[in-house]
Amino acid sequence: MSAPVARTTRLDAAASVERPLIVANVSRRRFLQGVSALGGLVLAVGYRSAGGAQEAKKYGADGMPNGWVDNPLAFVSVAADGTVTIVCHRSEMGQGVRTGMPMIVADELEADWKRVRIAQAPGDEKKFGNQDTDGSRSTRHFFEPMRRCGAAARTMLEAAAAERWKVPVSEVEAKNHEVVHRPTGRRLGYGSLAKAAAGRPVPARETLRLKDPKQFRYIGKGQLKLVDGRDIVSGKAQYGIDTRLDGMLYAVVARPPVYGGKVASFDATEALKVPGVQKVVQIEDSPPPAHFNPLGGVAVIARNTWAAMQGRQALKITWDDGPNAGYDSVAFKTTLEESAHKPGNDGDFAAAAAGAARRLDAEYYIPHLAHATMEAPAATVRITNGKCEVWGCFQSPQAARDLVAKRLGMSADDVIVHVTLLGGGFGRKSKPDYAIEAAVLSKAVGGKPVKVTWTRDDDLHNGYYHTVSVEHLEAGVDARGKPVAWLHRSVAPTIISTFNPAAKNEAPFELGMGVINVPFAIPNVRIENPESTAHTRIGWFRSVSNIPHAFAVQSFVAELAAAAGRDPKDFLLEVIGPARQVSPEMLSDTWNHGESPERYPVDTGRLRRVAEVAAREAGWGKTLPKGRALGIAAHYSFVSYIAAVVEVAVDDKGMLTIPRVDMAVDCGACVNPDRVRAQMEGACVMGVGIATLGEISFKGGRVEQDNFNSYQVTRMAEAPRDIRVHIIPGDYSKPMGGVGEPGVPPIPPALCNAIFAATGKRIRRLPIRDQLKA
Amino acid sequence: MVPLEINGKRQNVDLPGETPLLWTLRDELGLTGTKFGCGMALCGACTVHLDGQAVRSCVTPISTAANKKVVTIEAIGNAPAGKALQAAWVDLGVPQCGYCQAGQIMSAAALLAHNAKPTDAQIDEAMSGNICRCGTYTRIRAAIKQAVAKRGGTQ
Repeated sequence: MSAPVARTTRLDAAASVERPLIVANVSRRRFLQGVSALGGLVLAVGYRSAGGAQEAKKYGADGMPNGWVDNPLAFVSVAADGTVTIVCHRSEMGQGVRTGMPMIVADELEADWKRVRIAQAPGDEKKFGNQDTDGSRSTRHFFEPMRRCGAAARTMLEAAAAERWKVPVSEVEAKNHEVVHRPTGRRLGYGSLAKAAAGRPVPARETLRLKDPKQFRYIGKGQLKLVDGRDIVSGKAQYGIDTRLDGMLYAVVARPPVYGGKVASFDATEALKVPGVQKVVQIEDSPPPAHFNPLGGVAVIARNTWAAMQGRQALKITWDDGPNAGYDSVAFKTTLEESAHKPGNDGDFAAAAAGAARRLDAEYYIPHLAHATMEAPAATVRITNGKCEVWGCFQSPQAARDLVAKRLGMSADDVIVHVTLLGGGFGRKSKPDYAIEAAVLSKAVGGKPVKVTWTRDDDLHNGYYHTVSVEHLEAGVDARGKPVAWLHRSVAPTIISTFNPAAKNEAPFELGMGVINVPFAIPNVRIENPESTAHTRIGWFRSVSNIPHAFAVQSFVAELAAAAGRDPKDFLLEVIGPARQVSPEMLSDTWNHGESPERYPVDTGRLRRVAEVAAREAGWGKTLPKGRALGIAAHYSFVSYIAAVVEVAVDDKGMLTIPRVDMAVDCGACVNPDRVRAQMEGACVMGVGIATLGEISFKGGRVEQDNFNSYQVTRMAEAPRDIRVHIIPGDYSKPMGGVGEPGVPPIPPALCNAIFAATGKRIRRLPIRDQLKA
Repeated sequence: MVPLEINGKRQNVDLPGETPLLWTLRDELGLTGTKFGCGMALCGACTVHLDGQAVRSCVTPISTAANKKVVTIEAIGNAPAGKALQAAWVDLGVPQCGYCQAGQIMSAAALLAHNAKPTDAQIDEAMSGNICRCGTYTRIRAAIKQAVAKRGGTQ
């Protein structure tokens, strides 16, 4: 989930369509300090950022559209009864942001958590700063602004108290929802100071006194319960699909089954006879590129969702499938493989590989995936008196607002987007096509409220899919089996194709997810990225290109270890090399997850450490019964370092179970360690699902999977029995890393490495499904 | 008119008898705690109790539910097992997005109503129809066990 892609205006510029095949062909000797006997020379860098070097580059939250805001008046209010309301401007989809973000404010504010309530911000980035909830960025981009919000509000309460007592402000101190006058012990509750404090000027940023992390009440403690927990377990929590408005109508849409297809003709006669069906409306098709536009099709509007679904079934539609009608996953795999077999121009890799003692190669296939959020997309729109209100489960409420306004020909100022809880997001709900559908339908019924609900087959048939890829790896190894030359040829349709149909190469942000920014101590590295054409909507899916890249790279390292007869963990550490800071530029990574290369170098010491901790905690080297073994993988993504050791048991019939997984995570300092654990646990289960079951395939341009019987996901019995998360302690003065996504990538390779150790069977094609069956 | 008894309240709904209980609860009666996930009894998000048995309301026509006692997530806290499960869910921080959790709790409550001290295998079996895409399974199992322990293994 990527910074440059999340904003539509920048997409065309970001899409580089004329790019050399060779992305990087680099001697990395310069940063292999102490590793290589030869020093000093970068031979070639094949690719430079398309962005102009002249304009000063912005990083982190500064680099995001509408940046950050730390104005306490936008985020904090105190009522006369002392209730503190803190606004959460990011979307809750299970990562715990509605608990974590307000916790930061409350801590600096010295608020009593029991008297804090949370309000969800509508889509309004001018007021709240960037709201795209993706890229594992919320906490790392807003930790500091939210601290300043809390500290500023606290300072205003202290100043109001000092004025009331007519004492110097230096004599007062906010403590647990009260301001105390230290010399006299007098106290004033926040409620009694609320009005006076609100009238005071907001203190200048540089004058704010932030807490010493030792004084944190909530941050880093993990003892607070989820703010929505009680509502969730009692059925009161409101998701996008739960919106109910007076006079609301319910809609489902029949969308073109093939990307780029459209309605040739339709007959609604039978649909209109279904009891409860009120109207059938055609939605204008949007030819590719898909962008965040609705796909078009025919909508049935009814008294309830069931009647709408029955009406849709009774529609007679003839589709014009368009140019992607031939998209076939089996044939496309061959196409990708052919590209992956074509060598690029010769370079250092070839020279080094030619002189190597031995050459090895392997090729890995990872299919399309669907997010399959438990709550499929849903949105409700009402248009009254020139104003449009939208309710829904949006990861990017600002994009929903802008695009609904554009489609309705209204000003964004006249569109309000209310963000509900999201029943899962995983990147799907960053694309608000369903909000536009609801807006078009509300307009078609005179502005009455209309809720559009996606069914599971809609969700699987008309998604923004994770890409499909072939990853070709080659290595030349020395007499001891250590790689001296490394080639990674990655072939996958790019997400940019969803915005620019000419884009055929992976973008810098995709290659920067585990192809070019792999900090191995290998002196000759060559990265190639042959072209590939998208035939469906490609979108970002939790951890994005890291999934195929980490699967290939971490599997291949284990394959090299096996060829060398070495312990996979020791070999992995040797390939990572000694602890050092590697600059992203040196790796030809122009993206670096949108973060400053100075603040966020790639730290091999941290990568080594998570591998070592996961291995130690898992009891690496312990004796296990036949059919049981451990596998390891370590991957750097979203500026966090995660390693996993998976223990598998494979029985005589090839039945796979996963008794235990140990994950070590270094994401810097944590705000809410319990949610860091929860995200790792969830990422582990999702990673297992990707490795064992997940596959979206196409035939005749159509997705072959319809529901959870054909698109299988991990259930309780197949999930790891025991997931142990080991958090590396961090320092609050250092930059934080992401948490929501980076837990996923190491899981599939660690699992497959364990399967190899247990059975001798090497999995190079996901999903595993029945590949282990005897 | 189909006569229904939902969470102890009797009411008649004017819908075709084949209408699924799920959409009747959600769209007609405003009980949105019961969730739609698949429409084919594959994911368990829509689980409710029909005369004490866990059923998937997305494939249960209201004609089948007529004159039976329907209990949904909104009222499961009135039953001791349901209340204990809800408390354990909150205590252990089970939910991530939370969308599937109503169905998970309804399945778990039906299990505990019939088996006060289920084994791991029995938990797996009873919960295998409920999907959680956030992957909260280890905590769901732990919460069921905590609810069992807190109740001392009695019904």
